[in-house]
Amino acid sequence: MSSGRIEAAHEEVVPGQASAGNWIFRLGSAFFVVVAALQLCGALGLISISFGNWRPTLFAFLLWGVALGVSQVLKYGDFGKQTLFVLPALLFTGAMVIFPTIFGFYIAFTDWNLNAQSGHHFNGLDNLRTLWADSYFWNALRNMVFYVATVLVQYAIAFGLALLLNTDIRARKFFRVAFLLPFMLSPVAVSWMIGKSLMENRFGPLANFARWLGWENPAFFTDPWIARTTIIAMDAWVWIPFMVILLLAGLQALPLDVKEAAKVDGASQWQTFWEITFPLMLPVSVTAIILRTIFELKLADIVINVTAGGPGGATDTISSFVYREYRDRSNVGYATMIAEVYLVLIIIFITLLLKVATRYVQKMT
Amino acid sequence: MVTSAVSDQAADARDVEAGSLASWVARFGGKTLVYALLILWTFIALFPIYWTLSTSLKLGRDVTQGHLIPWVDFAPAWKGWQSLGLSPDTVFATSNVREEFLKKFVNSVICSVGASAFAIVIGSLAAYGLSRFDYKFGPWRNKDISFFFISQLILPPVVLALPFLVLYRELALLDTRIGLILVYTLMVLPIVIWVMRDQFDTIPQEMEQAALVDGCSIWGAFVRIVLPMALPGIVAAFILSLVLCWNEYFFASLLTGSDAQTIPVMVASQTGSQGINWWTIAALATAAITPLLLIGIFLERYIVMGLTVGAGK
Repeated sequence: MSSGRIEAAHEEVVPGQASAGNWIFRLGSAFFVVVAALQLCGALGLISISFGNWRPTLFAFLLWGVALGVSQVLKYGDFGKQTLFVLPALLFTGAMVIFPTIFGFYIAFTDWNLNAQSGHHFNGLDNLRTLWADSYFWNALRNMVFYVATVLVQYAIAFGLALLLNTDIRARKFFRVAFLLPFMLSPVAVSWMIGKSLMENRFGPLANFARWLGWENPAFFTDPWIARTTIIAMDAWVWIPFMVILLLAGLQALPLDVKEAAKVDGASQWQTFWEITFPLMLPVSVTAIILRTIFELKLADIVINVTAGGPGGATDTISSFVYREYRDRSNVGYATMIAEVYLVLIIIFITLLLKVATRYVQKMT
Repeated sequence: MVTSAVSDQAADARDVEAGSLASWVARFGGKTLVYALLILWTFIALFPIYWTLSTSLKLGRDVTQGHLIPWVDFAPAWKGWQSLGLSPDTVFATSNVREEFLKKFVNSVICSVGASAFAIVIGSLAAYGLSRFDYKFGPWRNKDISFFFISQLILPPVVLALPFLVLYRELALLDTRIGLILVYTLMVLPIVIWVMRDQFDTIPQEMEQAALVDGCSIWGAFVRIVLPMALPGIVAAFILSLVLCWNEYFFASLLTGSDAQTIPVMVASQTGSQGINWWTIAALATAAITPLLLIGIFLERYIVMGLTVGAGK
């Protein structure tokens, strides 16, 4: 955040302009409401005229956004122009997040099968009760706990790699690019490249390697724990570069004189690390861990494409479970209920995590 | 305080032990160990990529016999690329598979470039506003607005996917590129705003103030003075968005059917079916990841910048 803000020279707002602004906004709102109401009546079958789909309502919303912007400038002059900077992003995010989320809560309380002709009807708390009794949901949630817990291991590996890259080495540019490349690959491609071909148990190189190590029948996706570990290893392979980049940037930003002073004091490398580098890196570490946790909570693509949740749900994440619930049964109502419950859990979890992390960092520094 | 003295001593002893071990490692094996570990991880990072590239040039028996090095233990063949219609001898002939692939490739390009560009436009504007002006929308101040934008990061795709599915059906946006662009814009907007806000915060305000005094409007100062200075950040945010959009699978597989399908969906559908030849999938996977590998190799600087500018503080 910058300290001094820009003070614009305030133009006089002519009264006529202000009322014109008000009128434009009112007209835009009225038009939007009328179009939406007409469409709603048409959809409910109250009137016979209809636009066919809701797209005109979308255009009316865009028009309303424009009217809002114009009226802001007319009414508030330069303040209005400043508002125009954030307005598009605010309207966009509002329309794309707030509305679908609220709509999602409505879907979550209905029995809605997209393929059924009967349409949807409200079924109260039925979905919530099903969810409470659904062992697959709890199983997926337990898996998420495991997946998120491994973030600490991934962090440790990433920190080690960042330290390596931060030492005085030749060809640093080459190593940096090589370390980054897995992050560029799409999880879908990785699913095939590693999960389905390197680990193919007849002739995949990784299976051959495991056989050479003495594992007689290397099947990576039959035992639940091995399957879970393999999935997270693939995901970590993609995401460790992300943490390495953050941590390396943190290491490079460390003040050199502190380390020099430690060296003069005769501290060993081990001591320097634990007493100086690690505490100084705490803020960056916390950022890296929290960001990684946020992305880990979205884990889906690899699971969907490699194991489809198997064996017996052992590798399921909430996202892949919801995906199958929709794909296999077209059960939008129940699937949305799972997703919304998950959202609530995530928000609680991340909020707690942020609180704990902030307190921890304050205590340590 | 006897106990604490004892434990201090113990701690000291441990430190000395660890210290001497570390210095021994540093003196004798340090450099070698560092390089060995670096090379080990480089191997881990690059081998799957190498395997995919080389498998796209193998025949069936080379795959099953576990051959690894071209010209040494297998003879490279264009078989996989032939079936995609992208090998040197088929690239000028007509090929339905290639048509199909190119269609998806174009979809991927349009969706990721479109969404990144749109997110950069509205995201930069918002980030600039949040970095320079004081807003007050009801109880909301700058801090709250920033938090609102960036908190969208935690929203998992799965929460929005099904409502979008239903809404898009009503809006006739299912299986359209514009629908996908809107979703992707939403997905990368928090990152763009985060990166750009930090970028604008590092640009001194004196130049804009001078321009304003000279009679430039707020918008004129933004376009003519601030934007050129923020260009590196814009490029970084754009490339980061591009990578995320290009690789996106969850929304693409739910919201598209055939017309707007992107490369990841095509790869997923190919790898899911049995009886497809290895070399074909390998060629497809190679074609899907090559653009990003090139970005990673040549534009690494910008990706690192995009990731660290926002999170580095």
